[in-house]
Amino acid sequence: MPDGGLDIGDPVPHHALPDTAGDMHSVGEPGGGPAAVVVFTCNHCPYALAWHERLMRVATDYAEEGVPLVFINPNDAERYPRDSYEAMQLRVEVDGGWPVPYLRDETQEVATAWGARTTPDVFVVDGDGRLAYRGAPDADSEDPTLDAAWLRDALEDLLAERPVARPSTEPVGCSVKWR
Amino acid sequence: MSRGPRVELLWWEGCPSHPRALADLRAAMSEMGLDPEAVEVREIDSDARAAAERFPGSPTIRVDGRDVRPPAEGEPAALTCRVYHRRDGRVSPTPDPRDVRDALREALVRA
Repeated sequence: MPDGGLDIGDPVPHHALPDTAGDMHSVGEPGGGPAAVVVFTCNHCPYALAWHERLMRVATDYAEEGVPLVFINPNDAERYPRDSYEAMQLRVEVDGGWPVPYLRDETQEVATAWGARTTPDVFVVDGDGRLAYRGAPDADSEDPTLDAAWLRDALEDLLAERPVARPSTEPVGCSVKWR
Repeated sequence: MSRGPRVELLWWEGCPSHPRALADLRAAMSEMGLDPEAVEVREIDSDARAAAERFPGSPTIRVDGRDVRPPAEGEPAALTCRVYHRRDGRVSPTPDPRDVRDALREALVRA
């Protein structure tokens, strides 16, 4: 696992990555809005799959608030072919499209810079481009009723221009598959 | 307490699910009168070991050599996390405890 990563309050690095259609998206830039969300995730991990729908709902629910959300798959596709770019494209296609860009971090440069450890690993950036929350979506991947509450709480704090009351939780999931 | 079937739990450190899988397994064994400490717990830490053990991912629970949720035909051995489904359809990193109990029950019937 590479060294590096971000602490709460750090300015986040700027990157751009391709989505499953090949279009480039900026990562973690609020773009004048109150917040942005970056989720490192993947195709093969049961934790990522279990939280997926909850995270998609967050994207839909906060789109009107001007909060962009991106999913990034950084896993080594050579050893984990279910996380290849082609497998990502197929998954989005089979689902009939996603409300969230699904980005490929082929070089793992972004995951390294952000210090992603697991899939999923959730990062929230405030309107000033600083890390405001990092951790799990909520307390239990197997309880859909929790509805990504920790992530939603962080976003509600930022929308209300309050400090994030719970800025850090332990990310839970499969380890990022480094090359 | 019955000695019972051979029960194995194979795990890989890249998945955080094995402590819960082991707890569920031991609880099921206790319920059925089996010694929960009799579980053979083995870490799979290399591709070579995964291949040798026909390890489809973590966690894998076998009762008398049979996977409690057999993987799909042709599933390769790999250092990865297994995707299970609860009986209500939810994705889970561990097998449904009812599947574990059923596997233990079937092994006891076969004995």
